[in-house]
Amino acid sequence: MGKIVVNGKLQEQETPLLLSELIRLNNVQNPEMVSVQVNGAFVDRTAFGLTELSEGDEVDFLYFMGGGSRC
Amino acid sequence: MDFTEDQIQRYSRHILLQDVGPEGQEKISQAKVLMVGAGGLGAPAALYLAAAGVGTIGIIDGDVVDLSNLQRQIIHFTPDVGKAKVTSAQEKINLLNPDVRVEVYPYLLNASNALEIIGKYDFVVDGTDNFPVKFLINDACVLAGKPFSHGGILRFQGQTMTWLPGHACYRCVFQAPPPPNLVPTCSEAGVLGAIAGMLGTIQAAEALKFITGVGELLTDRLLTFDARSMEFRNVKVKSNAHCGVCGEHPTILQPEDYAQATCELKQT
Repeated sequence: MGKIVVNGKLQEQETPLLLSELIRLNNVQNPEMVSVQVNGAFVDRTAFGLTELSEGDEVDFLYFMGGGSRC
Repeated sequence: MDFTEDQIQRYSRHILLQDVGPEGQEKISQAKVLMVGAGGLGAPAALYLAAAGVGTIGIIDGDVVDLSNLQRQIIHFTPDVGKAKVTSAQEKINLLNPDVRVEVYPYLLNASNALEIIGKYDFVVDGTDNFPVKFLINDACVLAGKPFSHGGILRFQGQTMTWLPGHACYRCVFQAPPPPNLVPTCSEAGVLGAIAGMLGTIQAAEALKFITGVGELLTDRLLTFDARSMEFRNVKVKSNAHCGVCGEHPTILQPEDYAQATCELKQT
């Protein structure tokens, strides 16, 4: 087990872990709805399945959010 | 500009602020801010900017007031249902503060009018509900070097960031609009009305900070909050070298229109 910081909160995960697996474990319905930073750098969506996470990595899930007025 | 006695009284709580003072209030009085959208975010933002005495407020919105808007779009009242949102908003701003000059654009922002309209203002507030226009605002502002505030809300959550030249832009963070219909809009997924106020007033505060030069803007940070826990988080974001508009090899050299799928959904 290893600690990964997801959106500022510690998670115990089996490391090493693929980013795509972390996305699945965090119940992100569709990876196309989320923009992901690992240790402060954005990861291209096509690389979610190729990015390996290890102990101490910091991951931010940033979601598309609309709102406001239709214009 | 010399303030009248009424104006000194009206803006006294700003003038009292050491970091604003009469000089800051004068900057506010001469500032021009464009609201893209007079909806959930634009409504509170426009009201606070009007109350603050922003010299010129531009409002672009092609929509009319719907009964379902009134739960959060607090610039519109019950008798306004059916009225153009820009007209309804203009009327309230005039009532709140006759010092403010209001310019209205009763149509949609698009790739062909974006640069011209944005060019007339000092700061742009993104209060739109859909990603094609959010990306259009970002690209047009980045290309024009025009500071703007991004805002988004959904259900119980909100997010906002401010862009200034040289800092991470919305496209640095989100790259490209999501596939149409994938991300629900407020009209599909719902939104707690007060969230619009929380986010829109943050955007108004950022506009006023920019105008007066007070404090540190929300640059290179995405502020996110979830009202269910009332936890606020500042996520540091960096400029993305691969960004299509501000990266090392930009591919977007002029504003582009994207398919407006989210809007069509709302109309059905």
